This record gives sequence, C-alpha cells and structure tokens, in this order.
Amino acid sequence: MLVVPAVAGLAFLVLPLAGLLIRAPWSTLPARLAEPHVLEALRLSLVSATVATACCLLLGVPLAWLLARVRFPGRRLVRALVTVPLVLPPVVGGVALLLVLGRRGLVGQWLESAFGVTLPFTTAGVVIAEMFVAMPFLVISVEGALRGADQRFEEAAATLGASRWTVFRRVTLPMVMPGVAAGAVLCWARALGEFGATITFAGNFPGTTRTMPLAVYLALETEPEAAIVLSLVLLAVSVVILAALRDRWVSTP
Amino acid sequence: MTLDARLVVTRPAFTLDLALRAERGKVVALLGPNGAGKTTALRALAGLSPLSGGHISLRGRPLHTLPAESRPIGMVFQDYLLFPHLSALDNVAFGPRCQGVSKAESRRVAAELLERVGLAGHAAARPRQLSGGQAQRVALARALAVRPELLLLDEPLAALDAHTRLEVRSRLRRHLAEFDGATVLVTHDPLDAMVLADRLVVIEGGAVVQQGTPGEVARRPRTDYVARLVGLNLYRGAADGGRVDVGGLLVHTSEQFDGPAFVAFAPTAVAIYRSRPDGSPRNLWQATIEGVERHGDNVRVHLDGPVTAFADVTPAAVADLDLTPGQRIWASVKATETHAYPA
Repeated sequence: MLVVPAVAGLAFLVLPLAGLLIRAPWSTLPARLAEPHVLEALRLSLVSATVATACCLLLGVPLAWLLARVRFPGRRLVRALVTVPLVLPPVVGGVALLLVLGRRGLVGQWLESAFGVTLPFTTAGVVIAEMFVAMPFLVISVEGALRGADQRFEEAAATLGASRWTVFRRVTLPMVMPGVAAGAVLCWARALGEFGATITFAGNFPGTTRTMPLAVYLALETEPEAAIVLSLVLLAVSVVILAALRDRWVSTP
Repeated sequence: MTLDARLVVTRPAFTLDLALRAERGKVVALLGPNGAGKTTALRALAGLSPLSGGHISLRGRPLHTLPAESRPIGMVFQDYLLFPHLSALDNVAFGPRCQGVSKAESRRVAAELLERVGLAGHAAARPRQLSGGQAQRVALARALAVRPELLLLDEPLAALDAHTRLEVRSRLRRHLAEFDGATVLVTHDPLDAMVLADRLVVIEGGAVVQQGTPGEVARRPRTDYVARLVGLNLYRGAADGGRVDVGGLLVHTSEQFDGPAFVAFAPTAVAIYRSRPDGSPRNLWQATIEGVERHGDNVRVHLDGPVTAFADVTPAAVADLDLTPGQRIWASVKATETHAYPA
C-alpha cells in the first residue's frame, strides 16, 4: 500500500535530475564551459560563496556559542530569530536587505554618507545576500554540535588555568570541529545556490553580481543548452558535497 | 595549615556544610556514600560549583573569590577528561601553556612528568589509545603540570577494573607521597581511602559524621555506614562500668567507663552454636538466621535477634551446624573481642 506512493515520490525527486543528465549536450560541454561568461559566473559564484562562508564562520560560530553556552533572557527568542531566514522566502530577504542596506536604507544611508560605501548591486552585496540566507545553516549546525559536546572538558580546561577564550579556542572549537565543518559546507552550498535575495538586493550585472544561479535563469531564455551546462555544474557540486557529508547525513545509525 | 575551608552549598532538597582542613604534603580523603556531597565539595574547592556560603583559604589567601582558572589547583576527574584531540604530551603541556610558559618549555615539562609517571613512551598517543590505568596517570601528570598547591582527585580509581586498580593504587600512593602540596581525594571505596589518605573525613547527607586517621576510623566507627565500610558490627548504647546496654542486650566489654558509648566487634569474633553452649560465655544471645552469603573465603551469616549482627564462619562450620535461614541459634562474643568507646 505504501510502496506505490514511495516509488512515485522517489521518481519525482530523481527524474528531473535524470532529465538534466539525458538532455545535457555532452559533445559541446567542454566548449560551453570554457565560454568567458560561464567562467565569469562560475568564478564569481565560487568566490562570493567562499567569502560569505568565511564571514558566516566569523560571526556565526560566536553566535552559536552564545546560544549554546550563555544563559540570558530572551535566548529562545534570539534562537527563533536566527532561524527566520531559513523559512523566509529569499526574495523577501532581498527586499528587507534593500530597505536596511540600500542607498536610502536605514543603515545604507549612513554607510554612504560616512564611508562612501554602497552595498546594493555590488559583489559585496552578493556576499551580504548569501550570508543572510546561509548563516542560519551554520549557526544551527554549530549550536547542535556545541550542545552535544561534553562541557566537562571545558571545566577540566578551566582547572588547568585556561581563560574562557583559551577554553573556546583550544578545547571547545577542536571538539566541535566536525559540526563546524559540516555547517560550513552546508552554508557554502546554500550560498552557492542563492538566487532570490541576490537578484533582489545585488541585481544581475555580468562580472560583478551575476552568479551561477542567475546565469542559469537568464540563459534559459536565450540559450537553453548553456543553462543545462551551468545546471550540471551546480548539480556536480551538490553531489560532491553530499559525498563529503555522507557519514553525517546519509548513513543510518 | 595549607587548606582551611568551610564549604556551604545549598540546593533544593540538599545542603552541604563541611569544614575541611588539609596540611602540606598530606592527603585527606572525603569518604561517603553516593549522594553524600563528596563531588559537590570537590567542585566547590575547584571553583566549578559556586559556594552558597563559607570560605576557602589556601596558605592564608582567600580562594573562593577567584574563578576556577585562577586557583592554584590541579584536578583529576573521575573519567579523567583528557582532551581527545590532543596527544598525551599536549594534554600535560596544556596547563603550563595556559600559564604563559612557552611551547617548547611546556613540552619539556610535560615530557618530564610523563617520564615520572612511567609513560615516556606514550607521549604521542591520543587518549583513546591509552588503557584506563595509563589515562589515569596522564590525568595525574596533567594536574601536576600546573604546579598546584592543592591537588583534587575525584574517584581517581573508580573507572578502573579490579586488576588494574591494585597496581594503579600503589603507584598513585607513591606519587601523592612525592607531592608537596595538600591533596583532597574523593572516594566511596574505603580501601582506596585507607591506603591513600593520611586522614579520613566521612560525610553523609552533606555533613561530616566522623574524621580521623584511617586507623582510628577503622577501629572506632561512629555510624552504621562507616561500620559497614570497615566491616564491623556497631551498636550504640549506654556504658555502665564494663557493660554497655545496647537495647535488648547487655554487652560485656574489656573497657571501663560510664556514659553514652559505641560497641564494635568483628563478624569473625562471633561464634555460633546450635544449642546453648556450656561454660556460658558472658555475651550470649539467641538469634534467628536471616540469610547466609559467601564473603571472601568465609560465609557471612546475617543474624536477627535482640540485636542484628553479622557473623563470619567457615564453610565447614556452615555444613557442620547446618546453618539455614530461619533457624534459631545461639551467638556469642568474648568480652575481650569487643571494643567500647565513648559516643
């Protein structure tokens, strides 16, 4: 009774990917990949996703630590707020970013007058949009790892004279490193595929803000074959990530 | 006096109130049943649990105002808590590094300590590659590496199997003898306490019930818990010259004094007869056998009667006398085998 819908569900998930592989223009693939605008989009995507992930690590790991280790009033509320970007439509995130960081935005206005910095429609804007959408993945993963870690090791470090910062750097962080790595990979993958917030906040300018997902969407109208090739690249990246994290997610306990 | 502390920790449904002193070069064992507050006391000394009241002073300086990382202490945890991502050497070097010693110097100190605990060959090993006994020695070396003035050991032998325990216990005793600061050790095992400690502090329900040298405590238990630990029958009563009324039985003893008293005697001092013996020894009573169980090479017989008592007899005696639960027998103890002391 349950097998039929189960198989249908599996087919529904797998068939589109199979279609992508079947329709791929394998013969012209290398030439297509070498086209300058493809390479440009690929490079921009990789760079912005990597920078966004690095920034997320800098801000997200301390945030995760705060949520996991420090008791403060309103902690539950803060945790809920952190997860909002997970469920928020990315386009809405982009609009929100524009309202705050745009040229007429609350913070953006000040950034421009004080530092002459404008974020929207720049590569920095792409990074900001990707961070906004991807950071919750990192925070949740790291917070989970921190909660799972045995805090008595931190106590042991304290009895050896380690300050809170040393404890974090030399004991806590190394012990939750698998969780941090998994969170970073997840965060990077989410940043790489980011579309809605990016196109809303950073626009679609070749070379500066046109990342892979934007290029796929655009190419679909003009040259579908190029869209398929770009999609294949993103699919390949996803498969690699899945393979890298298989022990964490795919294996059954 | 190196350590002088009064530890008060108040929790819902539990209060620990404990005065504790320890001198340089001496080992004090906190002995007590599970839930007595031993570990709480140790954590309070380390600064891992806050004090609700009292004070801790170490060589005249207040300690309770300092956070854990600023206290001159070394602690060995029950399951050692060696950092799994660091080698044995780096685990030991961790403390000196935190004190601002250079990496090279910390490692030199660590290597020296590992050598001292006989693990020079395991410096590069990760904690999971070490046996329980080895991990315990690394944990001790790590605690000593910070040159503590106060060493705290939480059930240092509890995680070891019986065979390893014997060897590790005697090693630990040697290392503690070399340590020139004060040591506070927590254990629920009387043998560990007797072997390792210069002084025992027995706590029950968060308060001290008895303290003294291991010999004193073993000879003169003052609570049922301590009596059970050291394997004695213990009764409380009123002494009147050479007799102590323990309620239901008048025990004749060799000591002479008046007033509230304890009487203790060993289970091996109890003789059992099927019928009333001739020449009637002075301490004689009729009892019912509650149970019979193996106890080392002997058999321990649980007696119920005017007083409850344990008697240790040989397996041959059990066969000869046909001792089975429910049976009525006569039990006796010579006055010279009892020990009475003021309560």
